[in-house]
Amino acid sequence: MTNEVRLIEVKEEIHADNDRVARDLRAQLGEKHTFLLNLMSSPGAGKTQTILRTIEELRSGLHFGVLEADIDSKVDAERIAAHGISAVQLRTGGLCHLDASMVAKGLAALDLDALDVVIIENVGNLVCPAEFDTGANKNVMILSVPEGDDKPLKYPLMFTVSDVLLVNKIDYLGLSDFDLGALKQRALRLNPRMQIFEISAKTGEGVAAWAAWLQREVRSAIGG
Amino acid sequence: MHELQITERILNIVLRHAAGHDISRVVRIHLRIGELSDLQDEWIQHYFDYLSRGTLAENAQLAITRAPITVRCDACARSFEVKRDDVGSAACPECGEQRLALVSGREYVIENMEVQ
Repeated sequence: MTNEVRLIEVKEEIHADNDRVARDLRAQLGEKHTFLLNLMSSPGAGKTQTILRTIEELRSGLHFGVLEADIDSKVDAERIAAHGISAVQLRTGGLCHLDASMVAKGLAALDLDALDVVIIENVGNLVCPAEFDTGANKNVMILSVPEGDDKPLKYPLMFTVSDVLLVNKIDYLGLSDFDLGALKQRALRLNPRMQIFEISAKTGEGVAAWAAWLQREVRSAIGG
Repeated sequence: MHELQITERILNIVLRHAAGHDISRVVRIHLRIGELSDLQDEWIQHYFDYLSRGTLAENAQLAITRAPITVRCDACARSFEVKRDDVGSAACPECGEQRLALVSGREYVIENMEVQ
């Protein structure tokens, strides 16, 4: 009766493996008292510059490391390392996002005992990174003013999974028809608990308030 | 997009479940994918056809059901479904609150498979 069609129950979540690795990673980092931040945005929104500004603001009290994910280059890692910050480059080889096992591999190359915070600079993309738990304590996304205030409508998942929205390049506000109020309303409808900070990573405006939030989160997670 | 990687995961799970049974081939695989996913059904099938060559799942058809997006009202806790295009503009039908928390719509589940 081999031709008879039978049904096999599977009931398996396709991301279950990744979610398990992410959970283990969070537990491991907790033991090491290291805070992991996952930073996501589209290409050119200012991730690297924001990381540099944030670390500059907090480096007197916290030790930072950076995981740089890029499809195929190491310019960002070199830029970070030029500031004396431990940086590891992860080449995703064409893949559009980082998953938890790639992050674990990158973290293995950093001396976690010497670091309080590791920032992941995820692949520039508002779609795919939103679908994968990286093991981070917090997800932060950047939306820059030139991208437009309608992005929550186009990329709802990214806004849903992010704990923080950094509205970057606010020095461009006067040059565009970007409606900050509309953006906030759209973002908060998708994610009522989202924290929103307006910054310019270029001029440094607003960075202090965001950095203070991050510092509080880090301290409450790792102590000290 | 990462259809290729997702498809690889689907195939691995399917083959793992197939290994425990005396079967000659996998005919159809039923997937439930949340409405919030941006994955394209035809690309998942396309990659699956490519990756599954020479395995028990070669020529298997992927039957994809989209699971609705469900949100819960922050004010009155009522849960209801919203359409993908309305996610950013929905309000609670009960009390009009616009602050809503996502309950489901992100899942990727292999429900079951038909085998011979």
